[in-house]
Amino acid sequence: MAKAAKEKLWELRLYIAGQTPKSILALQNINKYCKEHLHGKYSIEVIDLLKNPQLAEGDQIFAIPTLVRKFPEPIRKIIGDLSNEERVLVGLNVRAMNLETKASDEKKRSS
Amino acid sequence: MNVQKKNTFPKTPTGISGLDEITKGGFPKGRPILICGSAGCGKTLLAMQFLVKGITDYNEPGVFMSFEESAGDLAQNVLSLGFDLDKLKTEKKLRIDHVRIERSEIEETGEYDLEGIFIRLNHAIDSIGAKRVVLDTIESLFAGMSNDTLLRAEIRRLFEWLKGKGVTTIITGERGENSLTRQGLEEYVSDCVVLLDFRVIDQIATRRLRIVKYRGSTHGTNEYPFLIDENGISVMPVTSLKLDYKSPGDIISTGLPALDNLFTAGGIYRGSSTLITGTAGTSKTILAAHFAMSSCRRKEKVLYFSFEESPDQLARNMATIGINLQSQIRAKLLLVHASRPSLQGLEMHLLVLNKLMTEFEPKTVIIDPISSLITIGSSSEVRAMLVRLMDTLKINQVNALFTSLTQLNSSNSNDATVDAVSSLADNWINVKNEDSKGNRVRSLLIVKARGMGHYNDCQHFIITNKGIRFLTQN
Repeated sequence: MAKAAKEKLWELRLYIAGQTPKSILALQNINKYCKEHLHGKYSIEVIDLLKNPQLAEGDQIFAIPTLVRKFPEPIRKIIGDLSNEERVLVGLNVRAMNLETKASDEKKRSS
Repeated sequence: MNVQKKNTFPKTPTGISGLDEITKGGFPKGRPILICGSAGCGKTLLAMQFLVKGITDYNEPGVFMSFEESAGDLAQNVLSLGFDLDKLKTEKKLRIDHVRIERSEIEETGEYDLEGIFIRLNHAIDSIGAKRVVLDTIESLFAGMSNDTLLRAEIRRLFEWLKGKGVTTIITGERGENSLTRQGLEEYVSDCVVLLDFRVIDQIATRRLRIVKYRGSTHGTNEYPFLIDENGISVMPVTSLKLDYKSPGDIISTGLPALDNLFTAGGIYRGSSTLITGTAGTSKTILAAHFAMSSCRRKEKVLYFSFEESPDQLARNMATIGINLQSQIRAKLLLVHASRPSLQGLEMHLLVLNKLMTEFEPKTVIIDPISSLITIGSSSEVRAMLVRLMDTLKINQVNALFTSLTQLNSSNSNDATVDAVSSLADNWINVKNEDSKGNRVRSLLIVKARGMGHYNDCQHFIITNKGIRFLTQN
């Protein structure tokens, strides 16, 4: 499992609108989590929508700040200042355990 | 003195026929307008028509932000109404932004705001210089996100921001159980609220529109029926009419010289309304056909509403007594509109009539028989409708002729139609069949003729292969 995680490359995009406290906090948070859990296997692109408003439509951004996990697929969005580490890690699919339990839960529900 | 001229504030015409009359010029310019109603009542269509008409009629570009349907679906849905959204988009007059929120792919953690929507809207508005904006339906956000308090605050901020931006914005909202909208958006939109309604009464569906609130402006307060057809929405401002129409003084023929002579003026006034009452088989329709022909002979268009016969049947039957309606239909002087009275509600019939009047521009309108309409509504509704109908015709100075079937055993006074129409009609002719020594004797009596004298005795007539012929010549 750990091996598989290492081979993955996380491609993240953080959408902000100017240097607001929420945006700065989100950027700090994601940098911290990535350093701790992804060990260099990631890239973060920060997009300031005040400078590039036309980019908001493509990733269906409505809330600010929004972290988009472009890869691994499927695309997921985490909105907010990312202050809850657990939820961010689940959203990023870093905590595989949680995701697996979630998946099995879903299987139970659908069957 | 200049109370009437005082204009409260600038308005943005909607371009939706009838709605601008009710709102006395349109929606409040640069402000948010809430359009609410239950599912399928025409909110999105009204909003889209507002945008498209803004572009085509008033050269005001528009932004449509959809929280429900995709741009492709929207374009397809309104294509049948003749709105070519793709063309408007390439002309840079229209922008559609579909905000898709998938709750399953969204995780929320910590504080956020809806700046993304602001930025998208701002970008869309500035890129085409939009003056009109539609948000359809912003309440979908509540299904996509869990923080209701934040959403409310942000939506309030969005409306304020749009106001500051100076764009006229339509916000649509689904009807809630105890409030106008599910999320109580009406609290934030304080300027103008429009309620759409779709009702089925006695198995007949009617769409209605009501201005719930319009701050700083007078507006019609009634419920107005509206129609969705191949041209989009049209609202009928039926009760906003006043008794201030002009009354022309010239005289027209009824189509029968002998009948004209019964009036001292030698005919009836142009723009007057005439009621023909009688029991079954008293040749009311024949009198109506003569009237239609006289209008055609003056090269004035006739709109004939037939509630009992198809156009073909009417033309065939009249041909047997020498009245050639078919050639007038071909010459486009006569338009016969046949429909079953129960096909749609009273108001819808009236709307159709109004629409045909604007399209066909008739000088004469015949409704045969008007009593058929009575079967589809309560008597107060019918009376209200007839008043509006008469007013509409009067304002357009259209010669009107209504036939009305009366029951054999009832006297005129307690018959619903006669009761409703007779006081409104300018001329009233009653036709009768009587048995006299084993023969059927047809007779005609002028009951009233406003503004002119008339013969007071019964005129006997027969029906020949050249139409009606009077026996007692005067």
